[in-house]
This record gives sequence, structure tokens and C-alpha cells, in this order.
Amino acid sequence: MRRIHAYPVRLLLLAPCLILLSWLGTPLLAHSATPEEIGLKIATDTSARGDGFGNFTATQAMVLRNKQGQESRRQLRVKVLEVAGDGDKSLMVFDEPRDVKGTALLTHGHKQEADDQWLYLPALKRVKRISSSNKSGSFMGSEFSYEDLSTPEVEKYTYRYLRDEPCGDLTCTVCERFPVDKKASGYSRQVVWQDKDELRTWKVEYYDRKDAHLKTLTIGKYQQYLDQYWRAGEMNMVNHLTGKSTVLTWADYQFRTKIRERDFSKTGLKRAR
Amino acid sequence: MVSAMIDLDRYIDAVLRRRWLVVVVATLAMLGMTAGARFIGVTNDYRSLFSEDDPQLAALEALEDTYSVSHTALIAIAPREGSVFTRETLGAVEELTEAAWRTPYSNRVDSLTNYSHSEAFGDDLVVAPLVVGAQSKSDEELARIEEVALSAPQVAGRLVAHDGRVAGMAINVVLPENSDPAVVELTDYLNTLLDQARKSHPDIDYYLTGDAVIHRVFADATKDDMENLSPIVFLLIVVMAAALLRSAYATLAVVVTLMFTINTTLGFAGWIGTVFSPVNAGVPIIVMTVAVADSIHIVTAALAGMSRGLGRNEAIAESLRSNTWPVFLTSVTTAIAFLSLNASDSPPFHVLGNLVAFGVICALVYSMTLLPALLSILPLRAPRARADRPGFFDRFATFVIARRTFLLWFVALSAVVLVMGILRIELTDNWTEYFDDRYAFRRDTDFVIENLTGMESLEYSLNAGREGGITDPGYLREVDAFAEWFRGQPEVTHVQAFPDIMKRLNKNMHGDDPAFYRLPADPELAAQYLLLYEFSLPFGRDLNDRIDIAKSATRMTVVMRSLSAQQQRDLDARGLAWLRANAPGLATPATGVSIVFSHLSQRNIHSMLRSTIVAMGLISFILIWFLKSLRLGLVSLVPNFIPAAMSFGLWGYLVGQVGLAGSVMTAIAFGLIVDDTTHFLSKYQKARREGLLPPEAVRSTFRTVGQALWTTTVVLAAGFLVYSASGFEVSWALGLMVTITIVFAIAADFLLLPPLLMAIDRRKS
Repeated sequence: MRRIHAYPVRLLLLAPCLILLSWLGTPLLAHSATPEEIGLKIATDTSARGDGFGNFTATQAMVLRNKQGQESRRQLRVKVLEVAGDGDKSLMVFDEPRDVKGTALLTHGHKQEADDQWLYLPALKRVKRISSSNKSGSFMGSEFSYEDLSTPEVEKYTYRYLRDEPCGDLTCTVCERFPVDKKASGYSRQVVWQDKDELRTWKVEYYDRKDAHLKTLTIGKYQQYLDQYWRAGEMNMVNHLTGKSTVLTWADYQFRTKIRERDFSKTGLKRAR
Repeated sequence: MVSAMIDLDRYIDAVLRRRWLVVVVATLAMLGMTAGARFIGVTNDYRSLFSEDDPQLAALEALEDTYSVSHTALIAIAPREGSVFTRETLGAVEELTEAAWRTPYSNRVDSLTNYSHSEAFGDDLVVAPLVVGAQSKSDEELARIEEVALSAPQVAGRLVAHDGRVAGMAINVVLPENSDPAVVELTDYLNTLLDQARKSHPDIDYYLTGDAVIHRVFADATKDDMENLSPIVFLLIVVMAAALLRSAYATLAVVVTLMFTINTTLGFAGWIGTVFSPVNAGVPIIVMTVAVADSIHIVTAALAGMSRGLGRNEAIAESLRSNTWPVFLTSVTTAIAFLSLNASDSPPFHVLGNLVAFGVICALVYSMTLLPALLSILPLRAPRARADRPGFFDRFATFVIARRTFLLWFVALSAVVLVMGILRIELTDNWTEYFDDRYAFRRDTDFVIENLTGMESLEYSLNAGREGGITDPGYLREVDAFAEWFRGQPEVTHVQAFPDIMKRLNKNMHGDDPAFYRLPADPELAAQYLLLYEFSLPFGRDLNDRIDIAKSATRMTVVMRSLSAQQQRDLDARGLAWLRANAPGLATPATGVSIVFSHLSQRNIHSMLRSTIVAMGLISFILIWFLKSLRLGLVSLVPNFIPAAMSFGLWGYLVGQVGLAGSVMTAIAFGLIVDDTTHFLSKYQKARREGLLPPEAVRSTFRTVGQALWTTTVVLAAGFLVYSASGFEVSWALGLMVTITIVFAIAADFLLLPPLLMAIDRRKS
């Protein structure tokens, strides 16, 4: 009698394990997956889940704070276009500070090689190419770099799954990612917390070239768009070395708008307002 | 007074009868205190020299928080022969730059090779490190690199010497709140790095300096002084005590008392969580030197009594009876003088003053308890009476009495001439010269100053008055004019200013046409150039160390030749005057490590002046009360005050510059020399009350205390002389000045005070 009763209980215990196994996918079932394989799988799934949004527009407001308590604002508009088979294209138009109003940054992301970037200078009415391949310099004096702001391409990192741990009400996977092109990144590695349900990123720790914990990004106020795509409402980057921080607030997300491919070209850049 | 005497007798009786109990209790107390010694810390934060409300330090910290800069480690790379613009040397710099990024707590590395050089390439702005892959450069490319480096104002005179023979690298580190382990970590890393570099490039010399590194030297010097100098002083005292007392057991009693005093004081220091720095690393030395006097007075008198045929305990009791008051009094006055250091603006001096005061009182307590008990227990025997010494002081007294008028004038005149030297004193504190060249830091710093760049700088945060205002043409013109004005000053070797970046960008945006190496006229265009440039800068090479987050202020760095504090303050004042006259909107005083140090001595002397006068007044009142004679009390002022003034004067003639040490020297020396005067005057007064005429009273005084005063002076002078062997400027200056003052004090007590007493007493009668 007892054994019959015990059986369903054991089954119940088994269920979460089975769900986890199926979620981790076939490699794990075929042979015991290495932490690298699990990490790559999570990154690939995240990327796949984000596919198909087409395009979106949004606004960004940044508040920079230094150790003195001084504050400064940046305000910009963002358009992002999904490109099949390559990295996304993005266009950022600056509204604040006033001196750079109308300046626009065009980025053609790539899966493997360095992204291409151009800046339109309205005072000069010219487009200038940005030569640096390193995208982890300070973005407009903030604690974010362009690298931190853009959606990471799977191919630009190698991965290692570390562990699961609770994050708020959710359970997160904790993975490390290492840049493939060491010269192009200011970081030696990043540690990323993603919830298992929706693969949203909640926290990223950035380790610099000496492997010291330099910055922490916490992300929150997620909202779902088109019943599929999660986008953050607030990103808070703290620099532990300098005591500086930047809060980035996203607003006015709109998906599948009427923006066109040619807006994301060098000539389109001049028309960006 | 009578009842006090009876109480004293009863006390002495009790101590001698329960001598074992006294020894056991004293030992337990000492052990209990000593257990705290393990909590003693050593700081390597040079900023511990400054008080928390130091306005210059506050300004510096505000600048550091605004621009995320704090401490710098500077590396100089010097090939043994020829220029740095070779494949090998540039390769070595490149290698080192790469490794320097891994320096703990670093957030920025500026070197000759990673300098973000911008140039026009067709219609585009290309920003790239000046040197990538040095090993594979052609001769033409090397020549091009040399040309760029030597003509770029951000590089020449900072990251490469103007003659091209030395390359430089500046590593900016941001130290955490608890900086001590961080400093050890980062200096260890850099030293290892340079050792490896020396091995792989034996033809290149490497030098390391900067205010991030001086922290470490601070800790090293503290340990050196405490571990090396203290034992020497201890041995010296043992030898001198033995030579003077000529009794092994008496010496043993003195040495044991001294060890109890030192252990208790350092244990106490540990219990209250003292953190030592080079400024107060001399505490054990000073405590030993000052504390030994009490026991020497008591033991000498006891031995003298035994020579006169008294029994051991009788002699000890008599010694205590005659010495308790003077020893108590001199301990209290010395403690008061040291406690006055609490008024200093530099916190390490509070520690010094309080611990020495504690040590002095501790020595008094042990001298009144442990010492007599030990003397009573040990099989003490009276040494053979010496015939020569009393004879010497007799002859000396005869000389002083015979030549009193001459001596009065001679000493007074010498004092006046010496005191005039004070006018030549210049107050200066210079962090690059705090340590002598036994420390590699000093040798490396001197090399860098001579061959690469100055180590002293004025830092300015120039505020444009509005967010984004730094690209206003008006602002840029004013800052540029200010920088140009500084470049024209003879004291200045290098100026790093933001308008230089804007000029270069303007040139780059006009196809590198040299005619456009000027400030952009359109503020929006300038802001957009800047934005473009900032997007081109890689990780860790941004402009956040030069521009605040609101783009409302930029930082300007003016590197100076080695200047005295006064000259630095003058240059700062001239800079401020220039701003007020030509750019009143930007007017601000300079800040920076050099400026903070340049105000250190002044602030300290200012804060110490009043407390030194208060302490001197209080001590003089105590003397007047003790001697019960206003007249003698006033006379005591002369030999108490003049020695410090004379030694400042002598210092003015011989050395000229004095820093932090000068602010506390008077208070410390005063507390020591007042003891001699007290002993001399009280014995003189006693002789006069016994009916002796002034000359005979002087002779009697010399006979009774001449020997003891001479001995304590020799011990004090020797102790402080050893202290002056420190490699830390403040310590050696303090040690030497106090030594000189003590010598002047004994001269004043022996040569000036007696003629003065005889002259005044004659006039009175």
C-alpha cells in the first residue's frame, strides 16, 4: 500500500527536473552537457526568442551622477531595425544636451566582425565615420558603453553556465560570457542573471581587464510587447571603482512602426531628426 | 605640607615592606596592558597627516570625486642609451602599458604608446593609439611617431621627455575607503611588473614614483623607524645608565622600569586602537628617552645615600622623599607640553603627544612603585665614590662665578645673533622630499623630476557656469589664455588643458590643415566634434578625467618645477590674480596634492602657536607656584624660552627650510628643558634659604644637580639624535632640532641662568 502511495509523490518531484531537462534541450539528454554548452544554449535561446520583432522605436533618458552628487541628463530617441542574418541596425538621435541636439548615431551591428558606426553632425551637415572598433568606451560620459546598451550578438562571446539561483520571485540562471575579440572589449568577462521563464536579463556584472568587478547593471520594469517581446523600463549602472552611476529610463516603446530600411543608411542619417 | 610629608613617609614604608606584592601587581598590570600591543596598526595613508576639516584637502577630494581621479603611479622608462623611439623601447612601453591595465584599483593608463592620436583620413576622423605593434614599425613610421609625440602638448613633457630619451606612463588608481591593503596590493603588483620588465629588457631602466607609491613608503618608513631606531636608543640608554650608575643592579632596575614603561605605553596604544604613521613612529624612542630621567634621578640619589653609609632601604626612602616632588612636577610639566600637541592640525601629532604624555605619567608611576621595590629586592651596593666629577662641577662653578658678567653678555649676544637666523627660516613641506634617498621612491622621484616631468602640480577645475558650457568659444578662449599664461611662467614645465584637444579636433576636421589648429568658433560644432571624438575613444581612454559629467567644467593640470611651499602658494596666488583680472568667471584657487602640502606647515604652526603659548604659560605658572616665587618663576622663562628660539635661528642659518617638524618642536623641547630649569632653580632656592650668598648658592647647586642634569641632557640628546637618523624628513628634522635645543638648554642653564640669578639677586640685596 505504501509503495503505491509513494509513487505519485516521487513523480511530482521528478516533474521539475524533467521540465528543466527539456528546457535545456537535447544536448543535455544526448550526453551530459558541459557548462559551456549550457551557457551557449541559453544565449542562443535568448536570441531566438527576441527574433522577429521587425523594428521598434523608443526614447531614452539618462541621468548621470558622480560621487559629488552632481547630476546631468541625456535625452535621446532610438530606432532599431531587425536585420535577418546579421546584427540589428540602430539609429540614435540626441535631443539633450542642447549643443548636440540633432546629432545622430547610426550603427550597423554585425554578428562577428566589428560594428560600423557613423555620426551625423548637424552643425557641419556631414556624416563622419567612427573609427574605433572598441565599443566599450564611455557613452556620452555615462557609465554605459555602447557595448552595454546594444543587444549582444551570440557570436561575439563564448559562454559558461555557472549555477541557478533565486532572483526575486523568479529563478535565474547565472552565466558568464567572455568576449571573443579581446581587443574590442574593455571587459574580461560579464556575469549575467536571466530568469528561466522568459530569459529576461535582470543583472549583469562587468569585470575589467584585471578581472576586478568594475560595474553592475540592474535592469527592471520589464513590459511585454506584441505578447512576446520583453523590454526593460529602467537600467541602472553603478561603477564600483569611481562611485559614479547612470540611470537609463526607456519609454514610448513602439513596435513594427513604419520606419524604413533606408533610414538606416548614411544618407538616411542626414535626414534623421 | 607636613601631613603630605607624613603620608609620603607612610607610602614609602608600605612600598618597601610589601615590595614583592608591588612587583607582582606591577607585572600583572604591565602584562595586561602589553596584551593590547597586537592591536597596533601602521597606516600607509599619507593623507592621515591632514585633519578632516582641512579646506585644501576637501577641495582636492571634491576635484577627485568630480573627475574620478585620485592617486597616480608614474613609471619612467629610460633606455640606457639613445632615444625611446626605437622598436625595442617602444615595444617595451607597449608591453608595459598592456600589463599596467591590470594594476589593482586602476581605472586609467596614459602612456606614450596608448596616447589617443587623432588624425584626418579623407573625410573621417581616425582615433587610434599612437603606437600599435612597435616591433614591426619601419624607420619612417618611427620618425613619424617621434614627430607626433614631441609636438603633442598632451604628450611631450609628460609622457615623453622633450629630448626623447625617457618615456612615461601614468596609472590612475582610485583607492577604496580602506586604502591600506589596497596600497600594498598595487605597489606589490607594480614592483613585480617592473622587475619582470627589467629582466626582459636589461638595457632599459625603470623608475616608479607618484603619490600612489608614496603611501607604501609611508608604511615602510614607519616600520623602519620603529624596528631599527628604537632598539638602538634602548641599547644606548642601557649603556649610558650603566656608565653613569656604575652598578649592574641599579642599571638592571632602571632598565626593567624602562621596559615596563615602554610595554605599558605601547600596549595602551594598542588597546585604544592606535594607528602609527611615520610622524609618530618615534613614540617609543621619545618615551624611552623622556621616561628614563625619573628613574635615574631616584637611583642616583639612592646610591649617593648608600655611599654616605645609609642602609639600602633608608637610602631608597630618602631618595624618594627628596625626589618625589621634583619628579612629579617635571612629569606633569612634560605631560602638559606633550598634551598641547592635541591642538595640532595634523592628527598623527595628537597620537604622539597623548602617548608620550601617557608614557611620562606611566614612568612616574613605575618609578614610585616598581623601581623602589626592585631596588629594595636587588642586592644593591654603593659604588665607590668618584673623586673627579664633583671636582669638575666645583671648578666649573668657580669659572661661572668668576666670569659671570662676561658670560651674561656673551651668551646674551650669541643668543641674539642666533635668534636673528629665524628670519631665514622658510616653511615648506614637499611630499617628494619627505623621504631621503635610502628609499628607492626618492631616488626614482629625483630621476623623474630631472629627466621627464615635474612631480608637483596645480590642479584647476574651471567652471563654465552652465551645463554644456565647456565648448563655448568664450570659455575655451579664456581657458586657453590661462594655459598660455602658465606656459609663460618660468616655474612651469607642462600644462595640460582641454582647449588643446579642441584645437587638434578642429585641425583634424579640416583635413589636418595646420592653419586650423585653433579653437572652433561655433559652440555647437565644437560640442559635436567633441561628441564624435568621445565616441572614438576606447575603454579607459575617455575624457571623464578631464571633463565633468555635465560638461560644465574642465580640469587643467599645471606641472611645476620643484618649488618650495612658499613659491607654490605664490604661483597659485598669481594664477588666481590672473583669473580675476582676465577671466573673472573662472576665478578659483588651485588644488592638488602639492597645494594641500604647501599649506600644511602654515596651518599647523597656526594651530600650534596658541596651544604652545598656553602650555608654556601654564607650565610657568606651575613653576611659580612650586617655587613660591614670582621672581624666580619669571627668571625661569629665560632659559626655558631662549633655547628653542636659538635652535630655530641656527636652523635658519644652516638649513633654512623647515616643515611640519617646526610646528611642534617648541612644545616638545619646552616640556623637556623645563625639567632642568626646575631642578636647578629649586636647588638654588634651597641653598639661598639655607642662608648662602648667591655665588655660593650657585656653587652648591652645581655640586648637587650638575651631574644629574648633565646626564639627563646627554641621554635626551642622544635619544633624539638617534631619532634624527630617520629617513623621514619630519622625524629627522624634529630629532635634530630637539637635540640642538636640548644642548642650547643645558648651555643656558649652566652659563646664562647662574649669572642671571647672581645679577638679579645682587640688585635686589
